[in-house]
Amino acid sequence: MSALSKLHRGTSLFAWLLILPAALYMCLIVAWPLLETVRLSFTNSALGVEDYVGAENYAKLAGSGRFHDIVLRTFYWMALSVCLKIVLGLAGASLLNSRLKGGGIYRVLVMPPWVVPIAIGCIGWLWLYQGHFGLIAGVLQRVGILDGPFEFLAYRDSAFYCAVITDVWIGTPFVTIYFLAVIQAVPRELHEAAYLDGASRWYRFRRVTIPYIMPSIAAMSLLSVIWTFNSFEIIWILTEGGPRGGTTTLIIDTYKRAIANFKFGQGAARATIIVLLLTAFSLLYLWAMAKINRRYAH
Amino acid sequence: MDRMATWQRVLLYAGMALFLLFCLLPFVEMFFASLRPLQHLFRSPYQFWSDDFSFEAYSQMWETVPRLGRYIFNSVFLATVTTATALFFIIPATYAYARFEFRGKALSLGAFLSVNMFAGAVLLIPLYKLLRTFGLLNTYLAMIIPGAAFLIPTGIWLLKSYLEKIPVELEEAAWVDGASRLYTLRRVVLPLAVPGLIVISVATFIGAYAQQFLFAVTFNQNRDYMPLPAGIYEFVGYQTVIWNELMAASLVGILPVMAVFFLLQRYLIEGLTAGAVKH
Repeated sequence: MSALSKLHRGTSLFAWLLILPAALYMCLIVAWPLLETVRLSFTNSALGVEDYVGAENYAKLAGSGRFHDIVLRTFYWMALSVCLKIVLGLAGASLLNSRLKGGGIYRVLVMPPWVVPIAIGCIGWLWLYQGHFGLIAGVLQRVGILDGPFEFLAYRDSAFYCAVITDVWIGTPFVTIYFLAVIQAVPRELHEAAYLDGASRWYRFRRVTIPYIMPSIAAMSLLSVIWTFNSFEIIWILTEGGPRGGTTTLIIDTYKRAIANFKFGQGAARATIIVLLLTAFSLLYLWAMAKINRRYAH
Repeated sequence: MDRMATWQRVLLYAGMALFLLFCLLPFVEMFFASLRPLQHLFRSPYQFWSDDFSFEAYSQMWETVPRLGRYIFNSVFLATVTTATALFFIIPATYAYARFEFRGKALSLGAFLSVNMFAGAVLLIPLYKLLRTFGLLNTYLAMIIPGAAFLIPTGIWLLKSYLEKIPVELEEAAWVDGASRLYTLRRVVLPLAVPGLIVISVATFIGAYAQQFLFAVTFNQNRDYMPLPAGIYEFVGYQTVIWNELMAASLVGILPVMAVFFLLQRYLIEGLTAGAVKH
């Protein structure tokens, strides 16, 4: 028997031995809590009580207009923020790829929002949004758009869009760097061929670059959807879901219910709905991605 | 290929300036706010320039919040231990995925990656119970254990593309020479994987530093163990916020992670994108 076939014999067992610690850890910290959350969602668990109540928590949510608003808001929040991150990420990546004088320094300067702790970045935005003394209100007063102080985080609509902007600020650097790498991997010959055919720069971006990187755009969109859907700290620090529920997304509602109000059962039902929605979304997305990959195969 | 007209170049630089302004504006404004006396900050309408800039907040902040140094230390300590814990699980598992074909490979890898779908916030209730059962609430471990778990899937994904580039022939040669599997992993694979390990260590460290809020405010009430993102809110009082010191403390508190980033950014940016360019 040659050494090589010996090398590959019994690898299954060895491979699983290497994976086992990580797998057990994930079972304990992720899989078990997930199952326990589903179980709790069928109880009225709170401080000191826990009785089986069937699907009561879900029935309540299904009939709650307030909850429907929260679900709709969450999808709006997700769609808006993800679209902005993808568009800004593509724009940023194209700019970084255009070989401006100054070289790699731009790549580095784009990253800090991703590097610093989310909670610290949000402190900067809290001050920017400050109505009387903040930069944004100050500038808008100078140019005459506002005629007095304006507390951006005190009104439902403005608070919502402020939270979106901050979420985009934190999420864009990673998307940008990812797209930069993907764009740089587009074969030069494709561009040269299109150039020789007389295609303009913009035409080449639309008809060469975008189709080539489409599978990567799809993959990053899915990741971004999941992260944005689960985005907790930004909203919590800026507004705690207020004013009057104006920035309460599903994840904020879940946290408030379970941790702030100790209604574990009701919180768990919301958490389960988040997991179901994201699973459904991911499966749909993977199916769509398989189609995209086939269409743009190269 | 075609050269750009001057107006196109100008447009590009303007676009770049705008993009950088968006990314860096909060930091610039934080810095200027940290230089102004508190009374001066509370002036309306907003003033772009002050004639009384000073670094006083940077010395005053240690007295306003006496534990500030402790919080910064906790942040660095927690991020370091969390990173080490995550790597302990990531490295062997990734090696298996990068090197071996085995039953259940695709399925288990998919299961790891799908963990990305679940935010810590969704699983807080059972995690709280779990930590309470083991008596770990209000300890460093209450933040390290869940923190490391959520960094493992991405770590595996990042490191996998690195390990796959190491030629398998080297290992086969070692095997032919009679080396054991573990010896091969330690003496042949790991040294070659150093650049990749640097990348995931830095990425994991940044992740661990960035995510120190949720688990810290939920699982830990002991102020001695609080990381900076949770402790810094001591500058926010019931009546008033000491903005200038809050900004100064924030900027000083992010120095460790910024230093790590700037020192290793070359590896990091290239490494983060290594997984992206595999078509």
